[in-house]
Amino acid sequence: MSDRIMMDLLDEVFVSLGSDDADLVILDADVASNWLTRFSGSFPDRYINLGMAELDAVATAAGMASAGKHVWLFSTAARLLGRGYDALRTAVAIPGLNVKMVVSHGGVSAGEDGAVAQMLEDLALTRSLPGVSVEVPSDCVSAEAILRRIAATSKPAYVRLTGEPMEYLYDDSTVKDAINVSIPLVEGTGVTICACGIMVHESLKAAAILKQQDISAEVIDCHSVAPLPERSILGSVHRTGCCVVAEEHSSRGGLGEAVASMLCRLYPVSVRFVSVDDRPGQSGSPNELLEYYGLTYQQIVGAAVEAWTMRRR
Amino acid sequence: MISSLEALAMSIRKDVVRMVGNARSGYVASALSVLDILVYLYEMELDVDPKNPKTRDRDRLIMGKGHGCPGLYAVLAHRGFFEREALWNFRRLGALLQGRPDGSRTPGVDVSSGAPGLALGIANGVALSMRMDGLKGRVFCVIGDGELQEGSLWESAMTSSHMALDSVTLVVDKNGDQMGGPVDSIKRLEPLEDKFRSFGWNVASADGHDFSSLDAAFSSIRDKNGRPSVIIAKTMRGKGVSFFEEGRKKDSGLSRMETERALEELGNGDRDER
Repeated sequence: MSDRIMMDLLDEVFVSLGSDDADLVILDADVASNWLTRFSGSFPDRYINLGMAELDAVATAAGMASAGKHVWLFSTAARLLGRGYDALRTAVAIPGLNVKMVVSHGGVSAGEDGAVAQMLEDLALTRSLPGVSVEVPSDCVSAEAILRRIAATSKPAYVRLTGEPMEYLYDDSTVKDAINVSIPLVEGTGVTICACGIMVHESLKAAAILKQQDISAEVIDCHSVAPLPERSILGSVHRTGCCVVAEEHSSRGGLGEAVASMLCRLYPVSVRFVSVDDRPGQSGSPNELLEYYGLTYQQIVGAAVEAWTMRRR
Repeated sequence: MISSLEALAMSIRKDVVRMVGNARSGYVASALSVLDILVYLYEMELDVDPKNPKTRDRDRLIMGKGHGCPGLYAVLAHRGFFEREALWNFRRLGALLQGRPDGSRTPGVDVSSGAPGLALGIANGVALSMRMDGLKGRVFCVIGDGELQEGSLWESAMTSSHMALDSVTLVVDKNGDQMGGPVDSIKRLEPLEDKFRSFGWNVASADGHDFSSLDAAFSSIRDKNGRPSVIIAKTMRGKGVSFFEEGRKKDSGLSRMETERALEELGNGDRDER
């Protein structure tokens, strides 16, 4: 387990991106100043804290992007999407402006702050916006690679970071293919497990247990919730004939429904979700909450066995 | 100059009526209330070049009042940003002129807008970006008074003054009306000038249908002092068309008969057959 969390990366990554791109600007809705002290010290004119005013921050980002800036907007998921959705939809997504949103506090692992701070529907909201990329990295290496990759595009994007330390799954040599084509982390022929963020780690634990039960699981890191890595998932499901989707999100509208609707259209198989069912979050430690809401490897094992018994043969 | 603006505005009014009448949908009363303001801005204030609509140091206009876009389109057509013929396809599938301003489609439309309450934030963003790049262009933002009920506008009004964005000028088309009735009966804005002053703005007022009054107001805010400026322009919905001015006719499209009657009231001179 590494002690480094994704937010620790941001300063280094953005000092580097900011040095390469004079048009890069960071707007903060009063959340990220501690993550970005070196950036704001190095580029004081290009770091603006707009205060607790998320709608205004998204509208300002849209204005700056329309005048040629490459804008990165930082906040928490619940505040940015909860307050800023109107501006995000009308001023950023519909005109397709170059605004990237980077958030913390997605999912119940946001912990003790409780339900209001734990956004469980952010992937549904952003995934449904036309032309917006939605990314949920699963370790610090992929988080950096994803930030650098989307920095090179001029389209809107949403990146959900996790404040919990996570083991490294990638290194510099493996991350490129994983980010570009979502190659499986573990190969198998019995069941396809699609996951994003923290749930990729639980999926790997589940795959090890399933192996002992003679079910060989293939684990795909679906960091890109939109656009979905359809070919990787389909290629896997053609072999396995069944699928489990694990995400730290509501069962409505997130990665699970994205995968299910794609499979429904192209290759219908049995699909099981490991996600939060129709409940808000609550206070607790991140680990307690993940267990309470059924977001652990045990549930993935159970879901995989169910899906496997109903697999398409 | 001012008297020629009056004649011009009258002729453009008729295009607005024809446009909405032709589309059988759209908001003519809202467009007619803001029309003289737009004519003034595009003829007297804005430094823009229809031949090069995207020059980086141009002045910008951000139309918060999406309902008023027929007025904006008719003025842009007159300034030569696109052919006047495009007005007759307003709101149709594939049209250059969408039901809300669309910056990716329409030459002369700087930024997509039309969701109430967001335009000033967008204007601030444009102004911040231009200041970073050392560009001199000014940013004008036109909103309706009912829109000031949106809280986001006041978030943005704080940003404009905190960031000392003196290149931003907000123009409020104060026709006193919103969808559900008179603004002050739904949610009172007064004392509006004091509100803006207390937010750190320069404030001027004008009669939004009197070009000399608009001229005086814009002149009064020309000295930049590190503060954003607002011009509160008193207007009348449906200005020039009696059945809007006098009654509460719903602002939604025009029938053929209403179109003809409105054009008659606006005067059937030769000018309009441009």
